[in-house]
Amino acid sequence: MRYKQGCKDGIPIMLGYLTVSFTFGVSCVAKGFKWWMPVFCSLTNFTGTGQFAGMDLIAAAGSVLELIATMLVINARYSLMAISLSQKLSPKTTLGQRLLIAFGLTDENYAVAMRRQCEVTFDYYLGVMTTSFSGWVLGTLLGALAGGILPDILLSAFGIALYGMFIAIVIPPCRSSKAVATVVLSAIALSCLFYYTPYLKNLSSGWAVIICGISSAVIGAIFFPVKDDENNAGDDNSNTESCDAESDNKNKGANLSSDDAENTCENTDIPAENQTYLNAENTQNTCENTQNTAIGTKAIPTEGDDNNGSL
Amino acid sequence: MAVFEVVWKILLMALITYLCRVLTLVLVRKKIKSRFFRSLLEYLPYGVLTAMVFPAVLYSTSSFYSALVGMIVAIILSLFKRGLLTVALSATAAVFIVELIIRFA
Repeated sequence: MRYKQGCKDGIPIMLGYLTVSFTFGVSCVAKGFKWWMPVFCSLTNFTGTGQFAGMDLIAAAGSVLELIATMLVINARYSLMAISLSQKLSPKTTLGQRLLIAFGLTDENYAVAMRRQCEVTFDYYLGVMTTSFSGWVLGTLLGALAGGILPDILLSAFGIALYGMFIAIVIPPCRSSKAVATVVLSAIALSCLFYYTPYLKNLSSGWAVIICGISSAVIGAIFFPVKDDENNAGDDNSNTESCDAESDNKNKGANLSSDDAENTCENTDIPAENQTYLNAENTQNTCENTQNTAIGTKAIPTEGDDNNGSL
Repeated sequence: MAVFEVVWKILLMALITYLCRVLTLVLVRKKIKSRFFRSLLEYLPYGVLTAMVFPAVLYSTSSFYSALVGMIVAIILSLFKRGLLTVALSATAAVFIVELIIRFA
């Protein structure tokens, strides 16, 4: 039963993944990869930003060290999510089950699991993973196949699609959070510096991204340290979902999003604002990072909205 | 692109991604106390993502000008908090239109 419930809870995620992975598939083919390569990548990696950055580096014939470093930096957030998920998992979860859960630790799956008031069982998480993973792989396959038949001019236009999504992730929270605005503006300035300045521009793009990304995050961490845990104490339980509510699905999709359902980007707002659903969980600050992580890859799909894109 | 190279590099990516997920899930049961480190991990995705996009987005299509228009469209729509897909598709459409104009004008 728990498995089925998980599958259902994964449906909104699947819809969001379909669109994003479709774009990933198209863009890989546009870069010159065979149709099965992005599919293979989605099957084995199951992550958003990481796949995009990695395939980019492979296409640009970047060095192996660069690839490793990029993956580490982009995926570092998963370690933090894993720590908080680990505390929420049922104590009965075996090592083998944990090994499998780890594969499905994406931003959205994590967010859905953390919304549950009760402990998360292996069955439930496996259900969420099943649905969302199918969406991820299927979308990639469709995108990769479509990429093979689209005319050149459309492929060129699609080259900007993923960048567009990333812009839609980083820009909106800048309006409400000075911290994010600072990080984003610093990153833009540094990145342009590395791109256009003599000598500095000789550094390959992968390393430049790592240096600029870390430096701007350090600037943010120094000037805008996140609030302490007590700020997170649940003062709003309306968005959380109890174990007893297992059979009650009608609000599931809606619960996934913050109040402002018209806009998935809301979900990527910096957590310090403490507004969104995850904070209702009285867990710990690390939960907040999901929203952030939404950034890294995926925003939370919203029901009834064609914008439920995620990465 | 050599097939073998692509395959093992994708597998390498998968391995690192998986390690990032699994190590703390299995080993760590405590939460991170350092406020600085928590802040860093929180802001890192924004920093990395932004650095990936700018200014590379300007060279993501076959013409600088089409990409410039696409980028501006994406930023404006994002400021109005449109959804990811709306922004991405609008930027794509803008690029497409500009490239049509460039090609046939």
